[in-house]
Amino acid sequence: MSQATAAATMGVNETPTSDPLIKIEGLTRYFDVSKPLLNRVIERVPRQLLRAVHDVNFSIHAGETFALVGESGCGKSTVARMVAGLIAPSAGSVSFEGVDRAAARSAAEERKIRRRFQMIFQDPFASLNPRWRVDRIISEPIRAFGLAQDKQEIDHQVGELLKVVKLDPADGAKFPHEFSGGQRQRIAIARALSNKPEFIICDEPTSALDVSVQAQILNLMRDLQDEFGLTYLFISHNLAVVRHMATRIGVMYLGKLVEDAPSRELFKDPRHPYTRMLLDAVPDIDMSGRARTPVKGEVPNPINPPSGCTFHPRCPFAFDRCRKEEPALLPVSENHFASCHAVAEGRIESLGAGVQE
Amino acid sequence: MSDPLLQVRDLVVEFPTRRGTLTAVDKVSFDIAPGEVLGVVGESGAGKSLTGTAIINLLEPPGRIGGGEVILQGERIDNLPQEEMRKIRGKRIGMVFQDPLTSLNPLYTIGEQLTETIQTHMKLTDAAARIRAIELLSEVGIPAPESRIDAYPHQFSGGMRQRVVIALALAANPVLVLADEPTTALDVSVQAQIIALLKKTCAEHGAAVMLITHDMGVIAETADRVAVMYAGRIVEIGPVREVIKNAKHPYTDGLMASIPSLTHEAERLAQIEGSMPRLTAIPDGCAFHPRCPQAFDRCRRERPELLDADTTQAACWLYAKEEAVT
Amino acid sequence: MTSGPETRAEFLSKPHGFTTRVLDSDILHSFKQSKLTMVAAFVTLAFIIGAAFAPWIAPHNPFDMASIDLMDSLLPPAWEEGGDSRFPLGTDDQGRDILSGILYGARASLAVGFASVLFAATLGITLGLAAGYLGGTFGTIVMRIADIQLTFPSILIALLIDGVVHGLFEGVSRADTAYWVLIVSIGLSFWVQYARTVRASTMVERNKEYVQAARLIGIPPGLIMLRHVLPNVMGPVLVIATINLAVAIILEATLSFLGVGMPSTQPSLGTLIDIGQDFLFSGEWWITIFPGFALAALVLAVNLLGDWLRDALNPKLR
Repeated sequence: MSQATAAATMGVNETPTSDPLIKIEGLTRYFDVSKPLLNRVIERVPRQLLRAVHDVNFSIHAGETFALVGESGCGKSTVARMVAGLIAPSAGSVSFEGVDRAAARSAAEERKIRRRFQMIFQDPFASLNPRWRVDRIISEPIRAFGLAQDKQEIDHQVGELLKVVKLDPADGAKFPHEFSGGQRQRIAIARALSNKPEFIICDEPTSALDVSVQAQILNLMRDLQDEFGLTYLFISHNLAVVRHMATRIGVMYLGKLVEDAPSRELFKDPRHPYTRMLLDAVPDIDMSGRARTPVKGEVPNPINPPSGCTFHPRCPFAFDRCRKEEPALLPVSENHFASCHAVAEGRIESLGAGVQE
Repeated sequence: MSDPLLQVRDLVVEFPTRRGTLTAVDKVSFDIAPGEVLGVVGESGAGKSLTGTAIINLLEPPGRIGGGEVILQGERIDNLPQEEMRKIRGKRIGMVFQDPLTSLNPLYTIGEQLTETIQTHMKLTDAAARIRAIELLSEVGIPAPESRIDAYPHQFSGGMRQRVVIALALAANPVLVLADEPTTALDVSVQAQIIALLKKTCAEHGAAVMLITHDMGVIAETADRVAVMYAGRIVEIGPVREVIKNAKHPYTDGLMASIPSLTHEAERLAQIEGSMPRLTAIPDGCAFHPRCPQAFDRCRRERPELLDADTTQAACWLYAKEEAVT
Repeated sequence: MTSGPETRAEFLSKPHGFTTRVLDSDILHSFKQSKLTMVAAFVTLAFIIGAAFAPWIAPHNPFDMASIDLMDSLLPPAWEEGGDSRFPLGTDDQGRDILSGILYGARASLAVGFASVLFAATLGITLGLAAGYLGGTFGTIVMRIADIQLTFPSILIALLIDGVVHGLFEGVSRADTAYWVLIVSIGLSFWVQYARTVRASTMVERNKEYVQAARLIGIPPGLIMLRHVLPNVMGPVLVIATINLAVAIILEATLSFLGVGMPSTQPSLGTLIDIGQDFLFSGEWWITIFPGFALAALVLAVNLLGDWLRDALNPKLR
């Protein structure tokens, strides 16, 4: 058993003693949403910045699946793209095995780190180049990192990868449009595995798929995690999917991490009022008739976020301090963090064990 | 039992292509009772949206109704000329679509659009129509409707726009509201509010709802009965609780098992192998047989009609009466 | 119409090889559906073949002084009184065969047309790709230049370049430079269209996830543009290029007619019309009418092809 899978089986409530594989510190990203220079000069309006991600900290240990969950505009995809190196952070750092990605000294060092990263995207209809055959798509990373000596070896590896994702090696000769959504996502997964990465960023990998296909893909991703000792950063808006996949979950709201806890604990004892609201909003498919508080309000415009705690206008526990002072992400119990004044002051009780199963 | 409000009989929707005619909706039949919420659920390409658009006669060419009847309050509406149909849409059938912006004209204020709809279908003065519009807006939970009524669609958030669309759909007191994926474009927290609103307001107006969605959760929250579609056919129809908790058709059963749960933990999700066939390759017999763990010989040969299966009806030979099996 | 087994079998037996795929494609199908397009394609093809093989097809070589006999000058078409069967469409004032002149003229017109479209497309696609993919200041500068370019009518640009070239290289005969001046000046007036179209599609493709996937593994921008983006933005370019070919031929004819194009020693269709117009009122109508008719037919045919291609590639109209 690899070291990675050992870490995964250690259990989610124990604190892993090893150093994290990925460490995100103070990650912040602003987007410039100003009008063009000419308009700004004429209309005398200042530059306008949108705070997409603000001071996010978390770490992921090898073998874990860390999920970021939140509604659209909460910044979870922006975090994923910064971790992947597709967009540069405005502040903060992403470290891999203690090495800051941005501080890579040479192109060779940069390439070495890149080789160990991969990403699975949301839309399998946009993530595969429609003009390329499947074998060329899957082998692009192999060729980019020089992981095979000759064409024969590349073909062999592509065939094996197609088998790993339960497609036929003969499918390599086809074009993406000949496949269904689920099969395309398998091709995208095969590509993501082709440079033998250790860490895969999954940005809403099943939200474009139908539920029966989603189950196939989620099962496949878990099998692959066990087989190759992968670590996942899993982005999703679907709490049930996140619960199924993650060992640890971060909940984001308007660019900030509001709660960070082991998966089982988050569902058993959510502390942040936003997490509770999100859980109550999920339709009750089991028709269990569980008690739920009706949800109110909508996510505010991130260009002009509320003062203090950005959740205060929708929060049933909000009081004066929430309107003025931004709460910090503080520990509420071992390994469980929440950024909420009411929680910190003990005004939100723990749901305790045994309330839900 | 009262007469059904809407009867759909053997509805066929087809697309002529140069390689032959594709049947996207294949002999679909169901009823909706007055005031009932019927959920129509299925994966993409199952034909659920086409069924809805065919009922209101808004199929985009080359799609066309290839057979069957649609009967609203005893009157056949599938063969009406477009002019007549336009009067039915809006007046007797209200519509809510996935993207609120397709239902709202960006160039007119919310109030202008509401009063226009109200006055098209009811004889009201401008002032009375405006008062009615404000009532509708406050009914769908728009804060400060007196001032918001003069705002344009783009000044509303996605959730608020969908509320306005619901107000628009209910403006003429329709007997049926057709809601096609009304919450798909919305976030969960907003979705919960819109589902609750749709259910509440339609009940208050006494309108029946045909709710088309891919989300079983939305169905579970909203519908009284549910029809499950697969490859252009209804495979199971019955009371929502029965279909969700006690599915009879192997497809529904597999579908329910494949949805990750918020309350139970599972090592693996149950999965249905393969994917729904494309329209161009629908298998003979039962369309689900190649993926069905319980398929037997008859499934490959004969197409099953909806059969009584205890509390629901399922299109599956497992529920054929003993004597019918040869 | 039948649905069911036959349809399915037909679909399942859908071929996978390249040739069969082309034969089975929707494009070819839409081509076969349109009689007008088939006629246009035939006319275009006939012109291209006639032009390419002019030295072998043409009954005479109008540039071979030795074969020209002034005695044959100003002969009417063969079917007119006084016509000569050796010159089916008659001759001009120097005894050159009009039919041969048209074939050679089409050769010059098409050569300039194709070359200038190629030049414009290469320039426009390159700049459009780079502007769309890299964006930023570079993209802004390219697009501002394009905007400025659009304020100059193409004939003005052509006259300008012609003037500059002849100013710079005095003593160089027009015969040597004419081709290049025409290609560059027509090309320069068309590149903006390509650049704008390609930039717009590139900005869409750039944000697609397959490009992100390539960036993720560190493929350099140049290669991403070439291998990933370019093949996916070529559809509209093909349409513009076809329609541009027709416009380029007309523009070349216009310039030649105005006297800044092909010299009369190597006439294009425009030059032929220009030469012929002097005789229009003295009764020798065939000298200008036949080249004019040829030009109109060619341009119309290419335009019809372009229109069809635009519709065929537009999924919304299918």
